[in-house]
Amino acid sequence: MADAVVKAGTKPDGITPSQTAGPYFAYALTPAGRYAIADLATNDLVTDDAVGERITIAGRVIDGDGELVTDAMLEIWQADGEGRLPGADPALSNARFKGFGRCECDAEGRFSFRTVKPGRVPGPNGAMQAPHLDVGVFARGILRRLFTRIYFEGEAGNESDPILKLVPAERRSTVIARRAGADLYKLDIRLQGENETVFFEA
Amino acid sequence: MTAAYPTESLKAHPPYLYPDYRSTVKRSPSRALVVIPHTLSELTGPVYGHESLREHDSDLTRQHAGEPLGERIIVSGRVVDEDGRPVPRTLLEVWQANAAGRYIHVVDQHPAPLDPNFSGAGRVVTDADGRYRFTTIKPGAYPWKNHPNAWRPAHIHFSLFGPTFLTRLVTQMYFPGDPLLALDPMWNSIPDEKARWRMMSSFDIETTEPEWALGYRFDIVLRGRDATPMEDPHHG
Repeated sequence: MADAVVKAGTKPDGITPSQTAGPYFAYALTPAGRYAIADLATNDLVTDDAVGERITIAGRVIDGDGELVTDAMLEIWQADGEGRLPGADPALSNARFKGFGRCECDAEGRFSFRTVKPGRVPGPNGAMQAPHLDVGVFARGILRRLFTRIYFEGEAGNESDPILKLVPAERRSTVIARRAGADLYKLDIRLQGENETVFFEA
Repeated sequence: MTAAYPTESLKAHPPYLYPDYRSTVKRSPSRALVVIPHTLSELTGPVYGHESLREHDSDLTRQHAGEPLGERIIVSGRVVDEDGRPVPRTLLEVWQANAAGRYIHVVDQHPAPLDPNFSGAGRVVTDADGRYRFTTIKPGAYPWKNHPNAWRPAHIHFSLFGPTFLTRLVTQMYFPGDPLLALDPMWNSIPDEKARWRMMSSFDIETTEPEWALGYRFDIVLRGRDATPMEDPHHG
Protein backbone atom coordinates (compact mmCIF):
# COMPACT_ATOMS: atom_id res chain seq x y z
CA MET A 1 0.00 0.00 0.00
CA ALA A 2 1.22 3.48 -0.85
CA ASP A 3 1.97 5.79 2.05
CA ALA A 4 1.40 9.49 2.40
CA VAL A 5 3.78 10.84 -0.18
CA VAL A 6 2.23 12.96 -2.91
CA LYS A 7 4.47 13.14 -5.95
CA ALA A 8 5.01 16.72 -7.08
CA GLY A 9 2.71 17.74 -9.90
CA THR A 10 0.32 14.85 -9.43
CA LYS A 11 -3.23 14.78 -8.18
CA PRO A 12 -3.56 12.95 -4.85
CA ASP A 13 -5.84 9.91 -4.62
CA GLY A 14 -7.97 11.72 -2.07
CA ILE A 15 -7.92 13.65 1.16
CA THR A 16 -6.21 12.62 4.39
CA PRO A 17 -8.81 11.00 6.65
CA SER A 18 -9.81 12.47 9.98
CA GLN A 19 -8.88 10.89 13.30
CA THR A 20 -10.07 11.69 16.80
CA ALA A 21 -8.36 14.47 18.73
CA GLY A 22 -8.36 11.97 21.60
CA PRO A 23 -8.48 12.83 25.28
CA TYR A 24 -5.02 14.40 25.50
CA PHE A 25 -5.19 17.46 23.24
CA ALA A 26 -5.31 20.12 25.97
CA TYR A 27 -1.59 20.75 26.34
CA ALA A 28 -1.36 21.57 22.64
CA LEU A 29 -4.75 23.05 21.75
CA THR A 30 -6.26 24.51 24.94
CA PRO A 31 -3.31 25.04 27.32
CA ALA A 32 -4.98 27.97 29.14
CA GLY A 33 -1.93 28.67 31.27
CA ARG A 34 -1.66 25.09 32.55
CA TYR A 35 0.90 24.06 29.96
CA ALA A 36 3.91 25.80 28.47
CA ILE A 37 2.73 26.47 24.94
CA ALA A 38 0.90 29.76 24.36
CA ASP A 39 -2.81 29.73 23.57
CA LEU A 40 -3.58 30.08 19.91
CA ALA A 41 -7.17 31.00 20.69
CA THR A 42 -9.23 31.07 23.86
CA ASN A 43 -12.93 31.25 24.73
CA ASP A 44 -12.78 35.04 24.99
CA LEU A 45 -13.07 36.65 21.55
CA VAL A 46 -13.83 40.14 22.80
CA THR A 47 -11.15 42.64 21.91
CA ASP A 48 -11.28 46.44 22.24
CA ASP A 49 -11.86 46.77 18.53
CA ALA A 50 -14.52 44.06 18.27
CA VAL A 51 -17.74 45.56 16.91
CA GLY A 52 -20.96 44.22 18.35
CA GLU A 53 -23.04 43.48 21.40
CA ARG A 54 -20.99 41.72 24.09
CA ILE A 55 -22.54 38.38 24.96
CA THR A 56 -21.69 35.10 26.65
CA ILE A 57 -22.78 31.79 25.19
CA ALA A 58 -22.73 28.90 27.63
CA GLY A 59 -23.85 25.30 27.71
CA ARG A 60 -22.89 21.71 28.28
CA VAL A 61 -21.94 18.81 26.04
CA ILE A 62 -23.94 15.66 26.78
CA ASP A 63 -23.59 12.12 25.40
CA GLY A 64 -26.18 9.50 24.45
CA ASP A 65 -26.48 8.27 28.03
CA GLY A 66 -27.11 11.79 29.31
CA GLU A 67 -23.59 11.84 30.76
CA LEU A 68 -21.62 15.08 30.71
CA VAL A 69 -18.74 15.10 28.25
CA THR A 70 -15.81 16.52 30.16
CA ASP A 71 -13.12 16.09 27.53
CA ALA A 72 -14.61 17.83 24.50
CA MET A 73 -13.23 20.87 22.73
CA LEU A 74 -15.47 23.34 20.91
CA GLU A 75 -14.29 25.66 18.20
CA ILE A 76 -16.37 28.59 16.97
CA TRP A 77 -16.08 30.71 13.86
CA GLN A 78 -18.17 33.82 13.41
CA ALA A 79 -18.64 37.27 11.93
CA ASP A 80 -18.44 40.43 13.99
CA GLY A 81 -21.49 42.51 14.89
CA GLU A 82 -21.64 44.00 11.41
CA GLY A 83 -21.55 40.65 9.66
CA ARG A 84 -17.90 40.95 8.66
CA LEU A 85 -15.88 37.74 8.62
CA PRO A 86 -12.14 38.01 9.26
CA GLY A 87 -10.38 36.89 6.12
CA ALA A 88 -13.32 37.81 3.90
CA ASP A 89 -13.43 41.51 4.72
CA PRO A 90 -10.29 43.58 4.03
CA ALA A 91 -11.48 46.10 6.61
CA LEU A 92 -10.87 43.46 9.26
CA SER A 93 -7.47 42.28 8.07
CA ASN A 94 -5.66 44.14 10.84
CA ALA A 95 -8.37 43.84 13.45
CA ARG A 96 -7.64 42.03 16.68
CA PHE A 97 -11.06 40.41 16.44
CA LYS A 98 -10.23 37.00 15.03
CA GLY A 99 -13.70 35.46 14.88
CA PHE A 100 -12.26 32.18 16.15
CA GLY A 101 -12.44 30.70 19.61
CA ARG A 102 -11.69 27.48 21.41
CA CYS A 103 -13.03 26.12 24.66
CA GLU A 104 -12.34 22.87 26.45
CA CYS A 105 -15.25 21.57 28.50
CA ASP A 106 -14.70 21.57 32.25
CA ALA A 107 -15.25 18.78 34.78
CA GLU A 108 -19.02 19.45 34.60
CA GLY A 109 -19.07 19.29 30.81
CA ARG A 110 -19.58 23.04 30.57
CA PHE A 111 -18.33 25.39 27.90
CA SER A 112 -18.66 29.14 27.51
CA PHE A 113 -17.59 31.78 25.04
CA ARG A 114 -17.42 35.50 25.62
CA THR A 115 -17.88 37.13 22.25
CA VAL A 116 -19.92 39.61 20.22
CA LYS A 117 -23.25 38.70 18.74
CA PRO A 118 -22.55 38.15 15.05
CA GLY A 119 -24.29 40.20 12.39
CA ARG A 120 -25.93 38.72 9.33
CA VAL A 121 -23.88 37.31 6.48
CA PRO A 122 -25.03 36.38 2.99
CA GLY A 123 -26.28 32.89 2.28
CA PRO A 124 -27.00 31.07 -0.95
CA ASN A 125 -28.50 33.20 -3.75
CA GLY A 126 -27.94 36.39 -1.79
CA ALA A 127 -30.52 35.62 0.90
CA MET A 128 -29.24 36.87 4.24
CA GLN A 129 -28.58 34.38 7.01
CA ALA A 130 -29.69 34.93 10.58
CA PRO A 131 -26.91 35.61 13.11
CA HIS A 132 -25.09 32.37 13.86
CA LEU A 133 -21.79 30.79 14.81
CA ASP A 134 -20.27 27.80 13.05
CA VAL A 135 -19.27 25.26 15.70
CA GLY A 136 -16.90 22.31 15.57
CA VAL A 137 -16.96 19.63 18.29
CA PHE A 138 -13.90 17.46 18.94
CA ALA A 139 -13.43 14.79 21.61
CA ARG A 140 -12.35 11.28 22.41
CA GLY A 141 -14.88 9.09 20.61
CA ILE A 142 -15.50 11.67 17.88
CA LEU A 143 -13.60 10.37 14.86
CA ARG A 144 -14.35 13.41 12.73
CA ARG A 145 -15.25 16.95 13.73
CA LEU A 146 -18.97 17.37 14.36
CA PHE A 147 -20.26 20.52 12.69
CA THR A 148 -23.23 22.39 14.09
CA ARG A 149 -24.34 25.99 14.39
CA ILE A 150 -25.56 28.20 17.19
CA TYR A 151 -28.39 30.64 16.35
CA PHE A 152 -30.01 33.10 18.75
CA GLU A 153 -33.53 33.11 20.16
CA GLY A 154 -35.72 35.98 19.07
CA GLU A 155 -33.86 36.98 15.93
CA ALA A 156 -36.23 38.07 13.18
CA GLY A 157 -34.03 36.42 10.58
CA ASN A 158 -34.41 32.94 12.04
CA GLU A 159 -37.72 32.35 10.24
CA SER A 160 -36.22 32.96 6.82
CA ASP A 161 -32.72 31.59 7.42
CA PRO A 162 -31.80 29.42 4.43
CA ILE A 163 -29.88 26.89 6.54
CA LEU A 164 -32.45 26.61 9.36
CA LYS A 165 -35.08 25.98 6.69
CA LEU A 166 -33.24 22.76 5.82
CA VAL A 167 -33.63 21.56 9.41
CA PRO A 168 -36.90 19.77 10.28
CA ALA A 169 -39.01 22.28 12.23
CA GLU A 170 -39.18 20.12 15.35
CA ARG A 171 -35.39 19.95 15.57
CA ARG A 172 -34.58 23.64 15.06
CA SER A 173 -34.60 24.40 18.78
CA THR A 174 -31.49 22.22 19.15
CA VAL A 175 -29.42 24.88 17.39
CA ILE A 176 -31.08 28.04 18.75
CA ALA A 177 -29.59 29.37 21.98
CA ARG A 178 -32.16 30.77 24.40
CA ARG A 179 -31.70 34.07 26.12
CA ALA A 180 -30.92 33.38 29.77
CA GLY A 181 -29.95 36.86 30.92
CA ALA A 182 -29.27 40.38 29.71
CA ASP A 183 -26.13 39.30 27.86
CA LEU A 184 -26.26 35.52 28.32
CA TYR A 185 -27.36 32.83 25.89
CA LYS A 186 -27.54 29.13 26.71
CA LEU A 187 -27.52 26.03 24.56
CA ASP A 188 -26.56 22.45 25.33
CA ILE A 189 -25.01 20.22 22.69
CA ARG A 190 -26.45 16.72 22.77
CA LEU A 191 -24.31 14.33 20.78
CA GLN A 192 -26.94 11.58 20.60
CA GLY A 193 -30.43 10.57 21.65
CA GLU A 194 -33.40 12.63 22.76
CA ASN A 195 -33.22 16.21 21.51
CA GLU A 196 -30.03 15.31 19.68
CA THR A 197 -28.34 18.41 18.29
CA VAL A 198 -28.61 18.85 14.55
CA PHE A 199 -25.24 18.23 12.95
CA PHE A 200 -24.45 19.28 9.43
CA GLU A 201 -22.59 17.87 6.45
CA ALA A 202 -21.03 20.50 4.20
CA MET B 1 -27.31 23.24 -3.45
CA THR B 2 -24.10 25.22 -3.67
CA ALA B 3 -21.07 23.12 -2.86
CA ALA B 4 -17.91 25.08 -3.46
CA TYR B 5 -15.89 22.11 -2.22
CA PRO B 6 -16.56 18.68 -3.68
CA THR B 7 -18.25 16.49 -1.08
CA GLU B 8 -17.31 13.20 -2.74
CA SER B 9 -13.91 13.32 -1.07
CA LEU B 10 -15.51 13.19 2.40
CA LYS B 11 -15.92 9.45 1.91
CA ALA B 12 -12.31 9.12 3.03
CA HIS B 13 -13.37 9.95 6.59
CA PRO B 14 -14.35 7.41 9.23
CA PRO B 15 -18.01 6.98 10.19
CA TYR B 16 -19.07 8.67 13.41
CA LEU B 17 -20.25 5.35 14.84
CA TYR B 18 -17.50 2.75 14.82
CA PRO B 19 -18.30 0.32 17.68
CA ASP B 20 -14.82 -1.24 17.74
CA TYR B 21 -13.76 2.17 19.06
CA ARG B 22 -15.93 2.01 22.13
CA SER B 23 -16.11 5.73 22.88
CA THR B 24 -17.95 6.36 19.61
CA VAL B 25 -20.99 4.36 20.77
CA LYS B 26 -22.48 7.14 22.92
CA ARG B 27 -20.80 10.08 21.23
CA SER B 28 -21.96 9.64 17.64
CA PRO B 29 -25.11 11.23 16.23
CA SER B 30 -27.94 8.75 15.67
CA ARG B 31 -29.81 11.02 13.26
CA ALA B 32 -28.73 11.70 9.71
CA LEU B 33 -26.54 14.75 9.14
CA VAL B 34 -28.35 17.68 7.51
CA VAL B 35 -26.60 18.49 4.25
CA ILE B 36 -26.21 22.24 3.75
CA PRO B 37 -24.78 24.45 1.03
CA HIS B 38 -21.45 26.18 1.53
CA THR B 39 -22.08 29.77 2.58
CA LEU B 40 -19.67 32.58 3.36
CA SER B 41 -19.50 31.30 6.94
CA GLU B 42 -18.00 28.02 5.76
CA LEU B 43 -15.94 29.51 2.94
CA THR B 44 -13.88 31.64 5.30
CA GLY B 45 -11.80 30.61 8.26
CA PRO B 46 -9.29 31.71 10.85
CA VAL B 47 -5.84 32.65 9.60
CA TYR B 48 -2.90 31.83 11.82
CA GLY B 49 0.56 32.33 10.35
CA HIS B 50 4.10 32.95 11.48
CA GLU B 51 2.98 35.52 14.06
CA SER B 52 1.49 32.66 16.07
CA LEU B 53 4.84 30.86 16.40
CA ARG B 54 7.39 31.17 19.15
CA GLU B 55 11.00 30.05 19.26
CA HIS B 56 11.38 26.26 19.40
CA ASP B 57 7.72 25.64 18.53
CA SER B 58 8.96 23.54 15.62
CA ASP B 59 11.70 21.77 17.57
CA LEU B 60 10.14 19.72 20.34
CA THR B 61 13.58 18.58 21.48
CA ARG B 62 14.65 22.10 22.45
CA GLN B 63 11.78 23.35 24.58
CA HIS B 64 13.45 22.57 27.91
CA ALA B 65 16.84 22.91 29.56
CA GLY B 66 17.97 19.43 28.60
CA GLU B 67 17.38 17.03 25.75
CA PRO B 68 14.52 14.57 25.83
CA LEU B 69 15.22 10.85 25.82
CA GLY B 70 14.30 8.82 22.79
CA GLU B 71 15.01 8.59 19.12
CA ARG B 72 15.32 12.07 17.60
CA ILE B 73 13.41 12.35 14.32
CA ILE B 74 12.58 14.96 11.72
CA VAL B 75 9.10 14.99 10.21
CA SER B 76 8.61 16.90 7.00
CA GLY B 77 6.16 17.00 4.17
CA ARG B 78 3.82 19.08 2.11
CA VAL B 79 0.28 20.19 2.72
CA VAL B 80 -1.64 20.12 -0.54
CA ASP B 81 -5.29 20.17 -1.52
CA GLU B 82 -7.11 17.37 -3.26
CA ASP B 83 -6.01 18.71 -6.65
CA GLY B 84 -2.38 18.68 -5.59
CA ARG B 85 -2.08 22.44 -5.16
CA PRO B 86 0.11 23.54 -2.23
CA VAL B 87 -1.58 25.02 0.83
CA PRO B 88 0.82 27.82 1.79
CA ARG B 89 1.13 29.64 5.12
CA THR B 90 -1.18 27.39 7.07
CA LEU B 91 -0.68 26.40 10.67
CA LEU B 92 -0.05 22.85 11.85
CA GLU B 93 -0.38 22.01 15.52
CA VAL B 94 1.16 18.70 16.61
CA TRP B 95 1.07 16.78 19.85
CA GLN B 96 2.28 13.38 20.94
CA ALA B 97 3.36 11.03 23.73
CA ASN B 98 6.99 10.89 24.80
CA ALA B 99 9.38 8.06 23.91
CA ALA B 100 8.01 5.97 26.78
CA GLY B 101 4.43 6.33 25.55
CA ARG B 102 3.32 8.88 28.15
CA TYR B 103 1.49 12.16 27.55
CA ILE B 104 2.02 15.09 29.88
CA HIS B 105 -1.76 15.54 30.04
CA VAL B 106 -2.88 15.26 33.68
CA VAL B 107 -5.42 12.55 32.85
CA ASP B 108 -2.84 10.17 31.37
CA GLN B 109 -2.09 7.69 34.15
CA HIS B 110 -0.10 5.16 32.12
CA PRO B 111 2.68 4.10 34.50
CA ALA B 112 5.50 5.08 32.18
CA PRO B 113 7.89 7.89 33.05
CA LEU B 114 7.29 11.51 32.17
CA ASP B 115 10.29 13.20 30.60
CA PRO B 116 11.07 16.55 32.21
CA ASN B 117 12.64 17.62 28.94
CA PHE B 118 9.71 16.83 26.70
CA SER B 119 6.29 18.44 26.50
CA GLY B 120 5.24 16.98 23.17
CA ALA B 121 3.43 19.99 21.71
CA GLY B 122 4.58 21.98 18.68
CA ARG B 123 3.53 24.30 15.88
CA VAL B 124 4.80 25.00 12.41
CA VAL B 125 3.56 27.04 9.45
CA THR B 126 3.85 25.84 5.85
CA ASP B 127 5.95 27.83 3.41
CA ALA B 128 4.86 29.15 0.01
CA ASP B 129 5.06 25.62 -1.44
CA GLY B 130 3.07 24.08 1.40
CA ARG B 131 6.18 22.55 2.97
CA TYR B 132 6.66 22.08 6.71
CA ARG B 133 9.30 20.48 8.90
CA PHE B 134 9.67 19.87 12.61
CA THR B 135 11.99 17.99 14.92
CA THR B 136 10.79 15.75 17.71
CA ILE B 137 11.41 12.33 19.24
CA LYS B 138 9.68 9.19 18.10
CA PRO B 139 6.62 8.63 20.30
CA GLY B 140 6.13 5.33 22.10
CA ALA B 141 3.13 3.03 21.91
CA TYR B 142 0.85 3.10 24.94
CA PRO B 143 -1.99 1.06 26.44
CA TRP B 144 -5.60 2.24 26.52
CA LYS B 145 -8.76 0.79 27.93
CA ASN B 146 -10.77 0.28 24.76
CA HIS B 147 -10.59 -3.52 24.95
CA PRO B 148 -8.44 -6.08 26.80
CA ASN B 149 -4.74 -5.59 26.12
CA ALA B 150 -5.38 -2.62 23.82
CA TRP B 151 -2.37 -0.61 22.65
CA ARG B 152 -2.23 2.42 20.41
CA PRO B 153 0.40 2.28 17.70
CA ALA B 154 2.95 5.09 17.82
CA HIS B 155 1.41 8.23 16.33
CA ILE B 156 1.63 12.00 16.19
CA HIS B 157 -1.57 14.06 16.31
CA PHE B 158 -1.89 16.77 13.65
CA SER B 159 -4.32 19.70 13.60
CA LEU B 160 -4.54 21.81 10.44
CA PHE B 161 -6.63 24.78 9.41
CA GLY B 162 -6.23 25.26 5.68
CA PRO B 163 -7.94 28.27 4.12
CA THR B 164 -11.52 27.84 5.38
CA PHE B 165 -13.79 26.31 8.01
CA LEU B 166 -14.33 23.38 5.64
CA THR B 167 -10.65 22.52 5.29
CA ARG B 168 -10.09 22.06 9.03
CA LEU B 169 -8.58 18.66 9.75
CA VAL B 170 -7.48 16.79 12.85
CA THR B 171 -5.71 13.54 12.09
CA GLN B 172 -2.90 11.24 13.21
CA MET B 173 0.34 10.24 11.53
CA TYR B 174 1.57 6.66 11.90
CA PHE B 175 4.97 5.00 11.49
CA PRO B 176 5.81 2.31 8.94
CA GLY B 177 6.07 -1.29 10.05
CA ASP B 178 4.16 -0.85 13.31
CA PRO B 179 2.77 -4.28 14.29
CA LEU B 180 -0.01 -2.63 16.32
CA LEU B 181 -1.70 -1.03 13.32
CA ALA B 182 -3.71 -4.06 12.28
CA LEU B 183 -5.19 -4.24 15.79
CA ASP B 184 -5.94 -0.51 16.12
CA PRO B 185 -9.59 0.59 15.93
CA MET B 186 -8.57 4.16 15.01
CA TRP B 187 -6.55 2.99 12.03
CA ASN B 188 -9.21 0.47 11.05
CA SER B 189 -12.04 3.02 11.33
CA ILE B 190 -11.13 4.37 7.90
CA PRO B 191 -13.33 2.31 5.55
CA ASP B 192 -11.24 2.68 2.40
CA GLU B 193 -7.89 0.96 2.71
CA LYS B 194 -6.20 3.35 0.27
CA ALA B 195 -7.42 6.31 2.31
CA ARG B 196 -6.18 4.63 5.50
CA TRP B 197 -2.66 4.47 4.14
CA ARG B 198 -2.67 8.22 3.55
CA MET B 199 -2.11 8.48 7.33
CA MET B 200 1.12 6.47 7.03
CA SER B 201 4.44 8.30 7.01
CA SER B 202 7.43 6.90 5.18
CA PHE B 203 11.06 6.76 6.16
CA ASP B 204 12.85 9.34 4.02
CA ILE B 205 16.60 9.39 3.53
CA GLU B 206 16.37 12.87 2.00
CA THR B 207 14.90 14.25 5.23
CA THR B 208 17.34 12.24 7.36
CA GLU B 209 20.26 14.33 8.64
CA PRO B 210 23.65 12.58 8.84
CA GLU B 211 24.92 11.99 12.37
CA TRP B 212 21.77 13.59 13.75
CA ALA B 213 18.24 12.29 13.11
CA LEU B 214 16.14 9.96 10.98
CA GLY B 215 13.66 11.62 8.68
CA TYR B 216 10.03 10.79 7.99
CA ARG B 217 7.90 12.16 5.20
CA PHE B 218 4.22 12.87 5.74
CA ASP B 219 2.19 14.73 3.13
CA ILE B 220 -1.27 15.87 4.11
CA VAL B 221 -4.15 16.35 1.67
CA LEU B 222 -6.88 18.84 2.59
CA ARG B 223 -10.15 19.47 0.79
CA GLY B 224 -9.78 21.75 -2.23
CA ARG B 225 -12.38 24.06 -3.72
CA ASP B 226 -13.38 24.54 -7.33
CA ALA B 227 -11.65 21.34 -8.27
CA THR B 228 -10.62 21.14 -11.89
CA PRO B 229 -9.42 17.81 -13.23
CA MET B 230 -5.66 17.71 -13.59
CA GLU B 231 -4.32 16.57 -16.92
CA ASP B 232 -3.20 13.00 -16.80
CA PRO B 233 0.45 13.05 -17.89
CA HIS B 234 0.14 9.58 -19.39
CA HIS B 235 -3.02 10.13 -21.33
CA GLY B 236 -2.92 13.86 -21.96
